[in-house]
Amino acid sequence: MDVLTPRSLDEAIALKAEQPEAWPIQGGTDVMVALNFDHGRPPALLNLNEVPELRGWSRENGSLRLGSGLTYMEIECGELREILPALAEASRTVGSPQIRNRGTIGGNLGTASPAGDALPPLLVEAAEVECTSVRGVRRLALGEFVTGVKRTALAPDELITAVWLVPSRAPQTFMKIGPRNAMVIAVVSLAVSAGDELRASFGSAAPRPVLVTAARDDASTFAERVAEAAAPIDDVRGTAAYRRHALRVLTERALERTLAA
Amino acid sequence: MIVRLRVNGEEHEADCWEGESLLFALREKLPFPGSKNACEQGECGSCSVLLDGTLVCACLVLAAQADGHEVTTVEGLAGPGEAGADALHPVQQAFVDAGAVQCGFCTPGLVVATVDLLARSSSPSDDEIREALSGNLCRCTGYAKIFDAVRAAAAAAAGGGG
Repeated sequence: MDVLTPRSLDEAIALKAEQPEAWPIQGGTDVMVALNFDHGRPPALLNLNEVPELRGWSRENGSLRLGSGLTYMEIECGELREILPALAEASRTVGSPQIRNRGTIGGNLGTASPAGDALPPLLVEAAEVECTSVRGVRRLALGEFVTGVKRTALAPDELITAVWLVPSRAPQTFMKIGPRNAMVIAVVSLAVSAGDELRASFGSAAPRPVLVTAARDDASTFAERVAEAAAPIDDVRGTAAYRRHALRVLTERALERTLAA
Repeated sequence: MIVRLRVNGEEHEADCWEGESLLFALREKLPFPGSKNACEQGECGSCSVLLDGTLVCACLVLAAQADGHEVTTVEGLAGPGEAGADALHPVQQAFVDAGAVQCGFCTPGLVVATVDLLARSSSPSDDEIREALSGNLCRCTGYAKIFDAVRAAAAAAAGGGG
C-alpha cells in the first residue's frame, strides 16, 4: 500500500487520475474504521489533509462554496451557524467532539450512507456537489450525486472538491432520533425549511436522499406527504413502521417551529 | 514508511505500515502507551489526543497524516510546572482527588478531553461538560465523580481552590 500526500489540488487530481483505485482519506472517520477492521485494503491511500483548496468555505457571487474538507466543528461553531442553521444543527448531532473535529462534509457525501446527517439539510438547500478531475470540473445536484446506498455518481478519477449552494435564509431546522444525544447513527432524521415553499428531506428512511416540497398553504398535509415519500426498512436500529411514524411526528414539530419563526 | 512527527514537544520518527493508525504508531512504535486502544472506531474516546491542538481520536488518524504535525498525548500533560518536574497536570490531580478513576482505562482519554474543554471554556456548565465528554465512555464510574473532577479542575484553574 502507498500513502500519497499531495500538497495542492492539481497534484491531488493528477494522482487520482494515475491511481483511480486509491481511497481518498480526509477526516478518516469512515476510512480508518475500514482499515482498522480490515474491511478493505486499497492499493493506495490519497491523504487530502495537506490540500489547502479543500479547506474552509467562501462566498462567490451570492453562492457559498463549502470545501469538501470543511469539518462539522467548523460548520457548528462559526458564522455558518447563522447562514445554514439546519446544517449546523445536523453537524452538532454527529458523533462526538473528537469526530466532529475530523469528519467532513466531503466524507459524508463520499460515504453516501442513507444515515449521513449532512445530506438532508444540504438537499433542502438545493446543494450541488463539485467533482473535479484532470478532465475538468462538473457540478451535480445532490439528489443526482447519490445514486443508491453508499453509491455515488463520482467517476473513478474524480475527487469531491466542494459543495455549492445559495442559502435560502428560510426558517429551517434539523431533528434526529437516536438512543442518546451523542455518538448516534440516526434511527431517522429530518431537515425542514419553510420559505416560499415547504421543503423536507430525511435520513435513514430511504436508500438515497429524497426531497419533498409543498406550497405553504398545504402545510396541514405536509407531514403525511413526507411520511409517504419515505421508503424505510426494518433493521437493528428501528422498524420501518416506527421510522414512518416518527417522520410524521417530526415533520409536524418542525413545521410548528419553522412556520412560527 | 517513515513518519516524522512531534510528540509532546519532541521530534520522533516511526517506521509505520502505510495503513496504520496514529494510535498504533504511538503505542507500538513509539514510547507512548498512555493513549488506550479499545474500540478502534472512534466510539469510546480512550485514545483521545491533541493533533495540532485539536481533540481527535488517534485511532481515526492515519499515522501518515500526522507526518510533520504536532501531537500531545496524556504523557505530555504532567510537569514540568511550578509543583515540580513530576507533578501531575491539574486535571490529572483533580481526577485523583475526586476519585474519578476506577479501572483507569478511560482515564487518559477523559483527561485529555477535559484539558481540551477547559482550554475552550474556563467554567463550563454541566451541559457543556456533558457535550464535551460525550465521546468518552466510562463503564465503571457512572460519570458522577468525573463531573466532580472536571468542576474541581475548572475551579482550581480559576483560583477558587479544588
